[in-house]
Amino acid sequence: MPLKGFAGFATRKALAAVTTIFAIICLNFLIFRLLPGDPIRMMFRDPRVSAEQLQLMTEKFGLDKPLWGQFLAYLQALFQGDLGISFWQKRAVLEVIADRIPQTLLLVVTALTIAIILGILLGAISGWKSGTRLDTFILTASLSMYSIPAFSLGIILMLIFAFYLSIFPLGGISTPASGFTGLGYWRDVLWHMFLPTISIVFWYIGEYVLLTRSSMLDTLDQDYITTARAKGLKEFAILRNHALRNALLPVVTATGINLAFAVAGIIEVETVFSWPGIGRLVYDAVMKRDYPLLQGTFLVFAVAVVLANLVVDLIYGFIDPRIKVGKAE
Amino acid sequence: MALLEVEHLKIYYFTRQGAVKAVDDISFTLDKDKTLGLIGESGCGKTTMVFALMRFVAPPGRIVAGKIIFEGRDILTISDKEMRRLRGPGIAMVFQSAQNALNPVMTVGKQIVEEILEHESVTKEEAWERARKQLELVGISGDRIKSYPHEFSGGMKQRVMIAIATACNPRLLILDEPVTGLDVIVQRQLLTLLSDLREELHLPIIFITHDLAVVAETCGEVAVMYAGKIVEQASTVSLYKEPAHPYSQALMKSYPSIKGKKGKLRSIPGAPPGLTNPPVGCRFHPRCPYVMDICRQEEPIFKQRDGRLVACHLIK
Repeated sequence: MPLKGFAGFATRKALAAVTTIFAIICLNFLIFRLLPGDPIRMMFRDPRVSAEQLQLMTEKFGLDKPLWGQFLAYLQALFQGDLGISFWQKRAVLEVIADRIPQTLLLVVTALTIAIILGILLGAISGWKSGTRLDTFILTASLSMYSIPAFSLGIILMLIFAFYLSIFPLGGISTPASGFTGLGYWRDVLWHMFLPTISIVFWYIGEYVLLTRSSMLDTLDQDYITTARAKGLKEFAILRNHALRNALLPVVTATGINLAFAVAGIIEVETVFSWPGIGRLVYDAVMKRDYPLLQGTFLVFAVAVVLANLVVDLIYGFIDPRIKVGKAE
Repeated sequence: MALLEVEHLKIYYFTRQGAVKAVDDISFTLDKDKTLGLIGESGCGKTTMVFALMRFVAPPGRIVAGKIIFEGRDILTISDKEMRRLRGPGIAMVFQSAQNALNPVMTVGKQIVEEILEHESVTKEEAWERARKQLELVGISGDRIKSYPHEFSGGMKQRVMIAIATACNPRLLILDEPVTGLDVIVQRQLLTLLSDLREELHLPIIFITHDLAVVAETCGEVAVMYAGKIVEQASTVSLYKEPAHPYSQALMKSYPSIKGKKGKLRSIPGAPPGLTNPPVGCRFHPRCPYVMDICRQEEPIFKQRDGRLVACHLIK
């Protein structure tokens, strides 16, 4: 019975995610058609190219068709995994993006995991000990970190630890021509990862501390906390089983929304540290006016955020017993 | 020996406007196997008073003076750890708002089990079995032990609260308006349950309410509170028959009686005083129909009369 309820809940959420992705595909297509300029003229700037040749290319790329026809062609290609050819790299967009995904995942998953866990922990402590010096310290530190943009923090860290102190590399993912293999290679990657990870963690953690703290303060005012006290439970048991579990519900919701904003931070940090991921790719695509590539990266980011939200929704359904029954019956 | 003795208890809330004297010099005793009703208007300090018995008074509130002697020990001086051990098996409490008093993300069974495991050295299986029995004791099927609070109605939630409060066989049970906000049929069922439990467990109970009918039905003795003070303490029967304090009399007239002769319901003129600067002398004097000069100057002390305690200058 509960599984049935949960399965129904999961199906509804998955359907909603698919609908959202379709809406994103439509918008993504439209936005790039609204951009000024003629893509064919962008590609062939050579004055020796004749008008007939331009006309031929326009027909070849299907740009003479009406918007509706172009959209159908785009959809058809999309379902076949064809995101077009990158102007800049002259390779399939999908291939270019696929090359960059592992590096971004490595950096982002590591950094966000650290930021979320540490942020929740510090926020919970801060809320539980509200009004103490520890709380004031955590609060001040979080607010300062929250208000520094990821790229400027990255540049400052790079300047101090990579440029002046030379403890960490200036950028990239591995030492060129080092000949590292196996464990040595991974150690090298971790060393390169350190500063970009810290930049994302610092930028992201403040929000989680503030969110968890305020949610914790709300929860501590609830009557069931008094009930838990009246049972003679130890403070830690009250904190863990009653306060934190309830305080985390809004934090989980916010995580889904925050992931969309994380994209911006990833683009900034990857660019500052020349990290060969999708964020850096977006920056390069913008600089090189590579529309097919940009369109592809937008789609990948959007789908990633929707999927992450789906996961968050499912987790929420799992940790809050009120969700399933609320709609299942 | 009395189970509970409260002596000259004073609890003030320190606000910017000054100290709010929510409980001002209250004394009473409760013997084993007795039920004391605490009645009075909203804001007269009833809840503050019983929160002190659990040592739950939090800033800006502070217990300024007095003693709360429970089983011979002053609970205001024992360590936090000892106090924690007393909560549950010693003094247990059912709160006013059952809607929010249960943890929404924990099964009701677990909410009973965790208390038993905290205070007694029993296995998990035994604790779950006890929790099941507790639910059945309050009239809920044991099969619902894995249900979450939102799957229960308001009355059932309050039953769960009673199951939690009695899980560790407390030696004193405090009920803070346990039936307020529930419909009368559910109230009736809960009150029946409570008196059955009382018979069965021989539980001393402090029952807070502003519902005079509820008190009449459940309590052997009543203390009437007004503006942070107890003005009269008597057996329920004698208080209802012949209230001695003018405030008690006014309170009785403001409440409909089914059996007695029909009369007009009368409200008490004026409003309860603010507790930052309560009236000098007797706190009820601005609203009292029998007010005398002495009432405006001198605070009345408790006087014994016909086995009851009254704080009024009319009593000689």
